[in-house]
Amino acid sequence: MALKKEHDLHKRRFGRNMGVGLLLGSFVVLVLALTMVKVTSNGFQFPQTQGEQD
Amino acid sequence: MSDASINASTPREDEASFGDYFALLKPRVMSLVVFTAFVGLMAAPVGVHPVIGFCAVLFIAIGGGASGALNMWWDADIDQVMKRTKSRPIPAGKVESGEALSLGLALSGMSVIMLALATNVFAGAFLAFTIFFYVVVYTMWLKRATPQNIVIGGAAGAFPPVIGWIAATGTMSVEPWLMFALTFMWTPPHFWALCLFMRSDYDDAGVPMLTVTHGRPATRVHILVYTILLAILAVGTSFSGIGGPIYLAVAVVMNALFLLGAWKISRRNEVMSEEDDFKVERSFFKLSLLYLFLHFGAILVEASLKPYGLGGW
Repeated sequence: MALKKEHDLHKRRFGRNMGVGLLLGSFVVLVLALTMVKVTSNGFQFPQTQGEQD
Repeated sequence: MSDASINASTPREDEASFGDYFALLKPRVMSLVVFTAFVGLMAAPVGVHPVIGFCAVLFIAIGGGASGALNMWWDADIDQVMKRTKSRPIPAGKVESGEALSLGLALSGMSVIMLALATNVFAGAFLAFTIFFYVVVYTMWLKRATPQNIVIGGAAGAFPPVIGWIAATGTMSVEPWLMFALTFMWTPPHFWALCLFMRSDYDDAGVPMLTVTHGRPATRVHILVYTILLAILAVGTSFSGIGGPIYLAVAVVMNALFLLGAWKISRRNEVMSEEDDFKVERSFFKLSLLYLFLHFGAILVEASLKPYGLGGW
């Protein structure tokens, strides 16, 4: 199969890569937002460090 | 770089697009999962932070999508035969079945772990059980073994509101199981109506659907019986913690229409259905979609009004 410079296949691959990229980016933002919510919620406690235990 | 390396990576003309991979997740089923899980979450008597609520619904939906991909991986041979499913990404030759397996397993693991981290371990474990139930119990075992496949397998589609409730509360109670029962009892008449007008699809695929094993007249009777049981359950739910006057009004109207449709189906035979191209069966199927949407919508409205002193009894 001869590929032209701008084959439909390139568009499809670009779309796929863009989709995966956007999904991964969104996932990072989501985990960040989730972490912020968990850390700032009332019930959250930082685990005791070794120094505090002594 | 040699020419050989270029030739070795020569792509297929019909290489999958992003949409083909997304189609593996059964987006239409996922929309039902999103909606019912959201209602389960909102109906719970515990407030949830919007970000955590969003994450919960998203990961439940991804878990549902993952089981859809695993279902397509296992059922590729059946999908190839049936008109309704032969344009799915695997039988259409766009996605390799191994890719569907990998995507399904990866998303299953990710969704379960993320739901457990975002909400609680109980919710994560319940999502894992739901995926197991849909993929192993329904897809691998019951679907090809018993005409009651859709009845028992329908449970998998009914779990999302329970998971939503557990994500919010961390505990179990009667109300989410009423939502479960609503979807569980709704699935058989919904699906059997589809089987009636999809005609030979399941015969061709050799799937022991009720229409194949017990015949189409028996299926019509089954639709009526399940609809009667569903109506009793749906109207009875009005008087529970998730019900109220709005839900009662919706339940009475929708169940009257649904019962009428089921009654008409039971009174018809194949000759009558062929004459009008299964008009009654098709409209019953469409009504079933509206039926579930309005029932869960009414539960959502009742729950949303409660903070203002309205909603419920």
